[in-house]
This record gives sequence, C-alpha cells and structure tokens, in this order.
Amino acid sequence: MRPAHRVLIVFALAIGSFALTFVDAARLRAGNEIASADMRQLVERLGLTDPVLFTEARYTRHPTQADLQSAFQDHPVALEHFPTGSLVPPPAGILKAYENLDRKTAAPD
Amino acid sequence: MKIWIEKQQHLIDFTLASLARRKLKNLGLLTVYTLLVFVLASVALYTHALRTEAQKVLAGSPEIVLQRLVAGRHDLIPPGYLEQIGRIRGVQKMEGRLWGYYYDNVVKANYSFMAPRDLNIARGEIIVGPALERSRGLAAGNGISFRSYSGELHTFIVADVLPQTSELVSADLVLMHEADFRAFFKIPDGHYNDIAMSVANPQEVRNVAIKLLTTLPDSRPILRDEVLRTYASIFDWREGIMLALLSAAILAFGIFAWEKAAGLSAEEKREIGILKAIGWETGDVIKMKFWEGLLISLLAFLLGYVAAYLHVFHMDAILFEPVLKGWAVLYPRFTLPPHIDGLQVATLFFFTVFPYTAAVLVPIWRAATTDPDTVMRS
Repeated sequence: MRPAHRVLIVFALAIGSFALTFVDAARLRAGNEIASADMRQLVERLGLTDPVLFTEARYTRHPTQADLQSAFQDHPVALEHFPTGSLVPPPAGILKAYENLDRKTAAPD
Repeated sequence: MKIWIEKQQHLIDFTLASLARRKLKNLGLLTVYTLLVFVLASVALYTHALRTEAQKVLAGSPEIVLQRLVAGRHDLIPPGYLEQIGRIRGVQKMEGRLWGYYYDNVVKANYSFMAPRDLNIARGEIIVGPALERSRGLAAGNGISFRSYSGELHTFIVADVLPQTSELVSADLVLMHEADFRAFFKIPDGHYNDIAMSVANPQEVRNVAIKLLTTLPDSRPILRDEVLRTYASIFDWREGIMLALLSAAILAFGIFAWEKAAGLSAEEKREIGILKAIGWETGDVIKMKFWEGLLISLLAFLLGYVAAYLHVFHMDAILFEPVLKGWAVLYPRFTLPPHIDGLQVATLFFFTVFPYTAAVLVPIWRAATTDPDTVMRS
C-alpha cells in the first residue's frame, strides 16, 4: 500500500470519529432528556431560580437573587474568601492545616 | 480528474517522505498542535454544554421574582403586597415564596430551606435533596435535628429524598411544611421572602415589571431574562479566565508554529532547489507544501477535537472541571449532556487549520520562485 493510501485511511478514521462525536452527542442528549424534563418540572413546581453550584455562603448560593448579606459584607473590607470565587480547590494537605483555623466554626458564614 | 487525483497522490507520497525525513520535529509539532486544540476544544465544549443546560433548566423558573428592599437591603414582603399585585393587569399567577438558608456546622455547608405550596408535606416531615442524603447519610424514615437561628432544636423526619436526576437544581434543598418553616425561622404569618409570578403575555413581562415598580416603589423585580443572563455571564467569566490563563501557551505555540511554518531551514531550501532543478514547477512545489501544512493542521484539529469530546463528555472533564464549573462542599453530581455549538467548532477549525496552512505557503512561494541554483547555493 502506498503512503498516500495509508494517510487517507488515517484521515478517514479521524473524520469518521469527528462525525461520530455528533452522533454520540445526540444519543447522550436523548438519554438525558428524562432527567432534563424532571429538572425543568421541579424548577417550575418549586419556583427555583438557581442551580446548586455554589453552596459555600448565603451570598453565593443564589447569584441571581438579592440577599440579606451580599458578597464582601461579612465585615467591612472583607474579601470573598469562599472557594466559589477561586479557580481550583486547595490541595488536601493545605485544607487539613487550614481546617484548624477556619473550619471549626459553628457560626454561619 | 483521474490524472489530477493520481498527481495529488504522488504529491502526498512525496510530502510524507519529506515529513518522515524530519520525523522528530514534525511529530513534536503535531503533538503540541493536537494538545493545544484539545485544551481549547475542551474549554469550549464544556462551557457551552454547561451554559446551555443551565439555560434549559432555568427556562422554567418564575418569569418575575419580586423582592422588597428596605434601606437597600432585601427584606420580607409584608401582608397586603399580594393583593396590590393581583390588581395589576397582566399578572396571571402569583405566589409568595418562603425560603432561606441554614448553615449546618456538621458538614460546614449551607442548605436551602423551602416551604413549597403545592407539595404535600406533613408537619414535622421534610423532603431532602440528594447531596444531603449523601453528606448526612439520610434516608426516608430517618430523623434529623437542626438548631434554628433562635437557638431552639427542631427535629424532622425525612419523608422522601428528591430524585438524583434533578440534583443540579435540588442538591441542597430541604423542603418542609409552611408552618414548620415559619416556626423555624420565626417568620410571622402573611409575610414572605419574595413573590414569584407569571405573566399572561410573555411580551408584556417588562411592562408588568414597570407597573410593579410604580405600584410598589420599594420593590425590586428580577426577570427570568436577567436570571438567564447572570448564568451566561458566570460561565463566560470562568471560560474567559481559563482562556486568559492559557493565552501565554497559545502565544508560545503561535510563535513556535510560525517559526516552523514561515522560516525555511537550509535543508528545506536545498530540497526545493533540487526539485526545481529536476523539473518540478513552482505550482507543484507550492502544492506539496500545501499538503504538508494541511495534513499536519487538519490531523491535529481532528485528533484534538475528538480527544476533547471524550475528555469532556465521557471522562467528566477531569482536567478542567474545578476551573470551569466551580466547586463547593455540597456539590451536585450530575452528568452534563453534550450540547455542541456548530459555529464554535467551525471557528475553532478555522483558527487552527487555516493560519498554519497559509503560513506554510508564503516562504515556499518565495523560495520556489527563485532560481534553483541560487536557492541551492544560499
């Protein structure tokens, strides 16, 4: 087999895989339709306004709604110190040491 | 046509042989190129799917949520507001909502307590979200106590757990009877946290919001459109941050690829000189280099994109997940259905395949139009 044919086969496979991603996406979407419909129904029924993505603090749970406390208002000039505002979780080792200082709190933040 | 195809096959044969002579360099380029497409495609696919899913789910959220402000702060809706809103033309349905936060110092996380009107929950019972079931090890029939903000201990029996399929919107919910909610948070009868309403004509939502502001000047209406826009902005922001962090890598690759594509090595120049000397036309040399650029960039795009798809939708985007969707103590476990934006893929294709292929051609055209003897001697 000449090299041009070999490379054609490689490209046919790559283009085939590329096309398959769209087929697979449609299949996964169809499989998820019931879950999506369940969620939409629950949102309508309970009148929910936000997905549960950021649960650390009162002011991060419902970013679309106002709150009694807004960001940075735990005390004057306080910077938001919840993981929601950061990009990656801290390493487990640091979190362990940090727990002694911060995570023993019994009062809500 | 057959002759043209035969000619292209010969050109590809020759291109492959030429690439194989600088195997390590070209393989390195292909790997870095594929990796870059993989990263960019992963970010684009994940953010678009998350944004679309959030918009799809929140399409069922209330058309208007009305809050009351006192001294610029969110306050309870007092009795009488619902009656006044009922007199505004265009408001189809309205409901006072009772919801609040509860900080659980056992798992160091906030729960959302809610008293839904149309769910039949007996007094002393609660329905919990799936994340609560996991973090507190709860199941139907178990009892759990929460200390209210006034210091009293309230015990509830878990009547049911919300389905895991709805976790994206229900992970931290604790649903209870209205009387229990009022007793727990000491909210007097007739007061609500806010009012959710729907409008008969969707075109009139903005007008109804203006009427609400006129009737109740201390209120703040939040429209569903604004809710959807907030989430679009949050995910755009996270995608932007990710791309900003990657910009140095993209720039480095750009310089590397430009250097590789635009600068001809002495060996390549000699090769072109020999080809011209043995009778190749300028057009043939350019076509051969065009194939070289296209083969590398197209293969990198296809491999990078397919790898990104598998990474995002079959491996839960393990590499960028925390950056792109955020993280939290009580994080929902959900499977993201793939929503692929064709325009986004086309843009990625255009910006990864075309610049490289074009960059390859410029120096080749310059070298190929020069006298073969000069090229070989230079």
